[in-house]
Amino acid sequence: MEIGVLGLQGAVREHLKSLSLLGVDAVAVKKAADLSPISGLVFPGGESTAIALLCSGGMLDELRRRARAGFPFFGTCAGMILLAKEIEGHDEAYIPAIDIAVARNASGRQVESFETSLDVEGIGNDVPAVFIRAPYIRRVGKGVTVLARHAGIPVAARQGNVLVTSFHPELTDDLRVHRHFVSMVEASSRKEVSA
Amino acid sequence: MVEKGTFRVKSGLAEMLKGGVIMDVTTADQARIAEKAGSVAVMALERVPADIRAHGGVARMADPARVKEIMKAVSIPVMAKARIGHFVEAQILQALEVDYVDESEVLTPADPRFHIDKWAFTVPFVCGARDLGEACRRIAEGAAMIRTKGEPGTGNVIEAVKHMRLMNEQIRAVLAAPAEELVRLGKEMGAPHDVLLAIRETGRLPVVNFAAGGIATPADAALMMQLGCDGIFVGSGIFKSGDPERRARAIVQATTHYNDPKVLAEVSAALGEPMVGIAIEEIPPHEMMQVR
Repeated sequence: MEIGVLGLQGAVREHLKSLSLLGVDAVAVKKAADLSPISGLVFPGGESTAIALLCSGGMLDELRRRARAGFPFFGTCAGMILLAKEIEGHDEAYIPAIDIAVARNASGRQVESFETSLDVEGIGNDVPAVFIRAPYIRRVGKGVTVLARHAGIPVAARQGNVLVTSFHPELTDDLRVHRHFVSMVEASSRKEVSA
Repeated sequence: MVEKGTFRVKSGLAEMLKGGVIMDVTTADQARIAEKAGSVAVMALERVPADIRAHGGVARMADPARVKEIMKAVSIPVMAKARIGHFVEAQILQALEVDYVDESEVLTPADPRFHIDKWAFTVPFVCGARDLGEACRRIAEGAAMIRTKGEPGTGNVIEAVKHMRLMNEQIRAVLAAPAEELVRLGKEMGAPHDVLLAIRETGRLPVVNFAAGGIATPADAALMMQLGCDGIFVGSGIFKSGDPERRARAIVQATTHYNDPKVLAEVSAALGEPMVGIAIEEIPPHEMMQVR
């Protein structure tokens, strides 16, 4: 089973490493053609405005098509912004895959960036969480489960095959969040095979 | 428990900038152009290196009013330069809440012997380096990101190439050395031992390393990426060229698709005049910024 990491910009290397440590064939994806062999895709942290510009044309259309088809996606930080149905201050979403509204840079500028540990539903307790100029979830739609909160604010959520976190599990040695996504991808592939 | 300003948080922001382009800007308008072109961050400064070189005099931290204007204009991270060793300029930039401080040789140094103690700050620092020893010393002082120095404001990539190749060569030597040779190697390179140990553990520099100093074209950016850097700083190369918007977009595309010559050919076409370059031999030794 192959899982892709959107490789246009950002913490690509870290996600590839976390996935590889879990025994997954992890590949960087830059073009629409790179999407064909993969069973799930990670949207890494980075600058969402830059990644969105680089992710245009055929690639964007194909990702939107997969979002509608329920393809497994995992977005961290900027990746969460790219997958949100609504982005505060923006007229349009990029790849609406999860029914949440997000606010960019909601945790503040870099001097306010922080690390902590969180209990994440279905994943585990004391998960190390690094927040870097992080976006927060401002609204969750029906069918979205909030998996973790920081100071009462939702910072991890799941809807169907889509998982998002405000924080960066890829910057830590803790593989539980990635393992959770890998099991989501496995379950989705099994369904596809039996269907 | 919530911890701010940890090294992981500091170096983490640099990790998020990888594969991206950071552009020098002197006005809010330029910052907006950079953001629209896909820049991952901007560097706020009073004058771009080419103008500092041309005008001479003492180059200092930018006016805080200017930095604030730029911070207000864009949503991407804003970096700003402090003079080497000028820890008060850095304190001011931290108070302004810039996202990264560049302790930079482009400005006139404030201390001939010492760099800033960067561990004392919550804001992260990027520093320039010409070789591995210099990079390791800056990391030992708390730098959370490194950039090769190149020769700023020249539009001439030769020095950036020289520094990146030298650093790669020295990292290979550190990785290949038997344990008993490591201390001696560190002494020869001027590199603190613990940073060399960190390199051996990770197989590369323990922080992100961007290329800087002389990058003026999409091909220059892709060249540095193929040589193994993590991202690109463009100083004078964009806003000293004929068509900054097009060139900015092209350099961003070239940095992402650095391994795809077809894309590079496409984005390099019809960009208008690049900045006028300077041959390194024409620069008097005392005007070389990289030796600072």
